[in-house]
Amino acid sequence: MQRIGVFVCWCGSNIAGTVDVQAVSDALKNEPGVVFSTNYQYMCSQAGQNMIIDAVKEHNLTGIVVCSCSPRMHEATFRKTAAAAGLNPYMVEIANIREQCSWVHKDMLTGTEKAVILGKAAVAKVNLNTPLTPGESPVTKRALVIGGGIAGIQTALDIADAGFPVDIVEAKPTIGGKMAQLDKTFPTLDCAACILTPKMVDVAQNENIRIFSYSEVEDIKGFVGNFDVTIKKKARFVKEEICTGCGACVEKCPMKKIPNEFNLGMDNRRAIYIPFAQAVPKVATIDPNACNMLKNGKCGVCSKVCTAGAIDYTQKDELISEKYGAIVVATGFNPISMDKFDEFAYSQSKDVITSLEFERLTNAAGPTAGKLLRPSDLKHPHTIVFVQCVGSRCASCAEKGKEYCSKICCMYTAKHAMLVRDKYPDTEVYVFYIDVRTPGKNFDEFYRRAVEEYGVKYIKGMVGKITPEGDVLKVQASDLIANKQLHINADLVVLAAAIEPDKSARPLATMLTASMDTNDFFTEAHPKLRPVESPTAGVFLSGACQGPKDIPETVSQASAAASKVIGLLCKDKLTGNPCIASPDELMCNGCSTCANVCPYGAITYEDKEFMMPDRTKSIRRVAQVNPAVCQGCGACTVACMSGAMDLRGFMGSQIIAEVDAICK
Amino acid sequence: MQKITRDVLVSKAVSLLENGTVNAVLGWGKGEFVYDVTPTMFETADEIRENFVWNDFCGANFSKYLVSKTKKIEGKILVFLKPCDTYSFNQLLTEHRFDREKVYVVGVPCEGMADISKVKALAGEGIANIDFTDAGLVVTNFYDETKTIAYADVMAERCVNCKSKKHVAFDELLGETGEVISSARFDEVAKIEAMTPDERFAFWQGELSRCIRCNACRDVCPACTCEKCVFDNPNSGAENKAPATTFEEQMFHIIRAFHVAGRCTDCGECSRVCPQNIPLHLLNRKFIRDIDNFYGEYQAGAEVGSRAPLVDYTLDDLEAADVFERREEE
Repeated sequence: MQRIGVFVCWCGSNIAGTVDVQAVSDALKNEPGVVFSTNYQYMCSQAGQNMIIDAVKEHNLTGIVVCSCSPRMHEATFRKTAAAAGLNPYMVEIANIREQCSWVHKDMLTGTEKAVILGKAAVAKVNLNTPLTPGESPVTKRALVIGGGIAGIQTALDIADAGFPVDIVEAKPTIGGKMAQLDKTFPTLDCAACILTPKMVDVAQNENIRIFSYSEVEDIKGFVGNFDVTIKKKARFVKEEICTGCGACVEKCPMKKIPNEFNLGMDNRRAIYIPFAQAVPKVATIDPNACNMLKNGKCGVCSKVCTAGAIDYTQKDELISEKYGAIVVATGFNPISMDKFDEFAYSQSKDVITSLEFERLTNAAGPTAGKLLRPSDLKHPHTIVFVQCVGSRCASCAEKGKEYCSKICCMYTAKHAMLVRDKYPDTEVYVFYIDVRTPGKNFDEFYRRAVEEYGVKYIKGMVGKITPEGDVLKVQASDLIANKQLHINADLVVLAAAIEPDKSARPLATMLTASMDTNDFFTEAHPKLRPVESPTAGVFLSGACQGPKDIPETVSQASAAASKVIGLLCKDKLTGNPCIASPDELMCNGCSTCANVCPYGAITYEDKEFMMPDRTKSIRRVAQVNPAVCQGCGACTVACMSGAMDLRGFMGSQIIAEVDAICK
Repeated sequence: MQKITRDVLVSKAVSLLENGTVNAVLGWGKGEFVYDVTPTMFETADEIRENFVWNDFCGANFSKYLVSKTKKIEGKILVFLKPCDTYSFNQLLTEHRFDREKVYVVGVPCEGMADISKVKALAGEGIANIDFTDAGLVVTNFYDETKTIAYADVMAERCVNCKSKKHVAFDELLGETGEVISSARFDEVAKIEAMTPDERFAFWQGELSRCIRCNACRDVCPACTCEKCVFDNPNSGAENKAPATTFEEQMFHIIRAFHVAGRCTDCGECSRVCPQNIPLHLLNRKFIRDIDNFYGEYQAGAEVGSRAPLVDYTLDDLEAADVFERREEE
């Protein structure tokens, strides 16, 4: 029989406000096994913890129940307290009477009743607790960064600087991500390429960094410190290590009419291509859907002109397996599709473009060599209308837009408007907005400059409809401050499309068992205090995969994620979780169901000799759990039909005892 | 009537036993009554010639017997398996329940088995003998009255709705194997699904309240081969005990249905052996239908080593919310 001490916390007035703590400690005094019960203002304080330690010694306690806040908050604290008192830390149970009780009840009576029931359940469980000892697992000192945009680049560089090897997996043929497509960056207006490409070169030259470009993560197994990752390196039909990036093949390729993704389809590339001049790795890639040689076996021009002999039409996808200690997700974002925004005539007129397309139009390496020409007739636009919040803050139109603020649009629209007025002062520029949001260092000053120095016409109100008529775009909008309808004949309309997480994020989250919110942004372990860690141990978040971010914020978060990774990789061993699965070999059928459902590959089988109930010896196939690999998820315990598999610390009998105590 | 004769089976069993390929034969043996065919382990040729039975009452599926018998017999065991039995055989192999090397499977074609309760319903009690003629079952009672009954009228439900005449596992075939059949076996399930929750509860209460907890369904079920059944395990919280309420025997059947979900091959042995004629197979068939609907068609035991949808995860799996929505739509 256990000797259990119950400690009810007031948490100031957090608990005591709606729960009669004295009544709770009195009621629990009579539960089976309880020999001591008390309450105190702040159980987690030094004085409160000392009270527990003294009680353990005085009453020879073997188990402790703390009725307090969520175990996520202070379970670790009280386990340490128990250890200090000489008890096994796993003899402590927390009854959550704050988040799940006092905070959700207004009435003292119901709050107290529920707190007592939760306390009884915890007492029932402690009665069946057994001391547990954690194991240790080693740490693979290598990190994986998924995504090679500015977030992934910064994280990889920082980890590599600390001396740990890092691999970057990038789906596109080059790293650089969205930032490589941008022209200038707010609020300083330096050229994106000028500040990004040196970093890309740093990555390429860093001995600790390997780049798997044109690659995808195929499978992730394992756990913090010990991830087994399979990376699919897609065939680019060019030998990466031989190609010099001279571009002769690209020049001679006869397939000229392939829409160029890098310029968002506004010009064409060849079937063999290098995305842009500063690509890293600067290696050509053959598009298998466009290449005549790969499709029909006719052509072969690129292989004839390649003096290095780098072209290999027989190349196959390659699977690479590697072990990692930590994984950083940096999958980034994309503008949402404008297909559903018919009112803005995006699909009807070439002259209605998104802001990212506008970036390419003003970029010296873009389709118009940096001249601002509208796509339909390549003439200078004289009236430009910018529409903000297209699909952002769109609470009522969830089926086509997003509820959240995309955060970066106000600033880049101010930048676009300012740059147009600077280069082409004869152009009239209108910006339609709901609110202009400019929190950030030097952000509001930047926006004020657009309005005050550059004369950009900011109009509070939304555009209702855009109708292409001849070569003008008839913009119908409302000016909410002047309270009137506006009709503007525009030459070019730029839509500030909302941004959303990259589509690869959802399947990746599933592979990582990392959680996501309803918008498919990765969830952080704590929104304020652990913003770059996923709740899944060993998985870290960098950049816009966690939420909309501009470049300075992305880079700071990327470095923060790197510092967390470095902290993890510095350790030689990780203390495991003793709450792991353990099979009752006498009941195990050897059916392999548990091994099939185990997401961590922790279960193997062994043939063992047993003395059977009829006193004969029998060799039976029984499950074995690898304690270093098991994460205690419990999937096997529910899959086992004979009930041979149980979870230490959360045994079926303990859970049933809790349920019984609640239902009694 | 079975097309293949007893003599073919007997001579096959005797020759394999005598040439040393196998050391024992698992087959159907004489029981107390002509319809009371009993699973039997034969270890000598004489026993086989004397007691081996092959007629329309040989419904018993021997796959499960291999779990214990292969551990007791040195060398190989010959087992006769009908097409539906071979699915259970494969499922047990998938679960590593016995050593395939210790078994010699002879596939037997099956024309469908008779259900004795249907025979009794037509011919009355007191059956002394049954002859299997081309015209049908000739039933003789203790008053020497005879009655001829068509095979189709007494065929067991699982055979009327036979899902496959194909042997999915065998070392040797007697006669020829057939094809997988698209049967109407889910029609009965659809009827129950169409009921209102109250009607459905009343239906199952009516059926399950007849349960006497004899455990025959569990003992015969080829999916129930646990070293220690939860109903026999005092630590499981579900161990065998006198029912305190009428709900208890329902719990037994519901727990059992969950335990065999995704592994049940729909062999129908549970309903065959139930002394209370409870249509237990319908519970399992409902699970099979749901699995088919939610995760794509799946037949447990169709092949060895296939991962069942319920213990397999793919990115295309339905989310719980989708399942709920579908149910709402229905």
